Amino acid sequence: MIARNINQPLAVFLLLVLVTDVSAARIGEIIENDPWEQARRFFTFSDPGLRIGLSGALLFGATCGLLGSFIVVRKMALIGDAISHAVLPGVAMGFLWSMEKDPMAILAGATVAGLMGSLVVELIKRTTKIKQDAALGIVLASFFAVGLCMIRMIQNNDGASRITGLKSYLFGDVAVLDRQDVVTMTGVVTVTVMLVILLYRPLLIIGFDREFAHSIGLPVRLLDGLFQLFLTFAIVVALQAVGVVLVSALLITPAAAAYLLVNRMHHMLWVAAAIGMLSAVIGVFFSFLGSNLPTGPFMVLGASSVFLVAYLFAPRHGRVTRWFRHRSRRRDVSNENTLKSIYRIIEKGSADNDAGSVVKIESLAGERRVSKVDLFADLRRLRRVGAVEFVDQGGDVMLTEIGIQQARQVVRNHRLWELYLTNEADYASSHVHDDAEKIEHFLSEEKVAEIERQLDYPVVDPHGQPIPGRGEA
Amino acid sequence: MSNASGDEPALEVHDLTVSYLRRPVLYGVDFAVAQGSLVGIIGPNGAGKSTLIKSIMGLVPVSGGWARVFGGAVKEQITKVGYVPQRESVDWDFPVNVMDVVLMGCYGRIGLIRRTGGEERVRACAALEKVGMLAYADRQISNLSGGQQQRVFIARALAQESEIYLMDEPFAGVDAATEVALITLMKEMRDAGKTLIVVHHDLASAREYFDMLLLLNMRVVAFGETGEVFTGELLQQTYGGRLTVLSEIADKVAKGEG
Repeated sequence: MIARNINQPLAVFLLLVLVTDVSAARIGEIIENDPWEQARRFFTFSDPGLRIGLSGALLFGATCGLLGSFIVVRKMALIGDAISHAVLPGVAMGFLWSMEKDPMAILAGATVAGLMGSLVVELIKRTTKIKQDAALGIVLASFFAVGLCMIRMIQNNDGASRITGLKSYLFGDVAVLDRQDVVTMTGVVTVTVMLVILLYRPLLIIGFDREFAHSIGLPVRLLDGLFQLFLTFAIVVALQAVGVVLVSALLITPAAAAYLLVNRMHHMLWVAAAIGMLSAVIGVFFSFLGSNLPTGPFMVLGASSVFLVAYLFAPRHGRVTRWFRHRSRRRDVSNENTLKSIYRIIEKGSADNDAGSVVKIESLAGERRVSKVDLFADLRRLRRVGAVEFVDQGGDVMLTEIGIQQARQVVRNHRLWELYLTNEADYASSHVHDDAEKIEHFLSEEKVAEIERQLDYPVVDPHGQPIPGRGEA
Repeated sequence: MSNASGDEPALEVHDLTVSYLRRPVLYGVDFAVAQGSLVGIIGPNGAGKSTLIKSIMGLVPVSGGWARVFGGAVKEQITKVGYVPQRESVDWDFPVNVMDVVLMGCYGRIGLIRRTGGEERVRACAALEKVGMLAYADRQISNLSGGQQQRVFIARALAQESEIYLMDEPFAGVDAATEVALITLMKEMRDAGKTLIVVHHDLASAREYFDMLLLLNMRVVAFGETGEVFTGELLQQTYGGRLTVLSEIADKVAKGEG
């Protein structure tokens, strides 16, 4: 019988399990067909099965986030995946040992299998020239295969009653969690949180600079072993709800999202834990809401959604955030260029550049070399900040006091930078304009003051034009 | 008990041999460094310079010989030895700031689960000030230039307050200003009685930087005062093709046994 299973293609086997699993048990006994009613029941926690599922989800979500943070920054993602697959034979052994779903026996069996997997990886790495990634790949697949065979054996020998419990380890189902599972989880989570708090510094140092950690006498191997042990625990407690195939995603994705959001390791730990909990709850919610939906995939999708949000909207590196920042920067530059053009027109007209000199929109568009439409966009923004005023319907404008000061500053930056390049960097005066066009928008107050000092407070730029003073500003 | 001022050499290496996959990379390395020396280790690529200081630190297994610090095993004197790895050996996107990294240097002396406190912070600030990086204490390390990264590594070593420092290519890929600042600092440290052993890649500057040189090419070609060993003949021996026989034999040994 076993031989037949081995001969069957793995994909067919997985498909069969998946199909049967989808129609398996769900959280709670009463099934409401109205999703709103289900949602209400979710948020009022009126279902005892749901309460257990939720507390379990919060617990392993937090653990996975905490430990996952170290995995992500140490580039150990594949190790989490390997351990989660390698524990499967141990889970089956735990079942065989007690012939029922005893969380402690399963935890023990899975831990032994996980550690054996790690040992085999080390053995392959040390005795051959095969590197870590390939060694992990070999161990991951072979342990997983052994686990699959064992599970099928148990299912064949042992009536249908216990099949559900075992199958949940493959694809995950919160519904099978019971009070005893949650007690085990609470224990594991408490110890893990304590481990991370107490050993935060050493783990941080090992993660950042392993050789240095060795060199200051930290027990690197012991700490690595300890970390891997707790990683195995965390994987095993999450296994039933998320499943072997997807559990590593719950380790990696929340932590990766946190990595995008914050810059310090200790912040990352708590953010990752929070995202892990959120993902787990999202998974429970959707599996509770819909009919016959598996929990594991929804938890992973929850985590992936959070990751997507972080990818797009992270405060500093998010794609959308960056796009907005660039746009606002472009607008600032464009505004400053328009101000500068108004100033230059007034200057050319040799009028005393007071507030009040009116500039025609046509001459401004000519000076600025942009279309009237773009120009109006600039001018409207400038009016909003009180830098210009429209004189009439046609769009003729004049600078306000604020506008004059801003314009003087840009022109000043431009001409100072031109002078700086010609005097200090030996640029030809005909080559400095384009450079100054860019730099003028980015010079800080301090830099300007420094340049001025270095140039001994000049009054004329290389083209003979006056550098507006800061006096009236 | 401080034996730092006795007759014991700060560092003594005896017949140190290191193999990688049965292929010897260092043969019978012997040398002793007196306290308060600034020693440069130079040699061609693949000469085993990094391997030498890593094996002294116990980071790579040795197949023979030993290294002692002030007469004791390195393991027992770990707080007296500071190690500065190559800058490229770490991930500079790691989520820590400059202060976090320098505080790692204060860690060796406080137990496994104690947290760093105000005293360590003061020490870290002093170290940062010495390398001119105090203003960057809160800066994310991913935003540092190569020279600044190296300064942070040196600050971390300073915070260790060790007696001997083993530095792996601290001048590799840093700007000229940083190079000057670091060698000045190293000379100050030497004058304060510290012992520095520095892997260096640039022959031209090696002569003016170091009091003593260790010319290395899988074995010690020469070790002594810079003026004595910085000779054309010895450098030719170190960098020239004369050791091809040695590496050929090493290859044969590896293949013969493999």
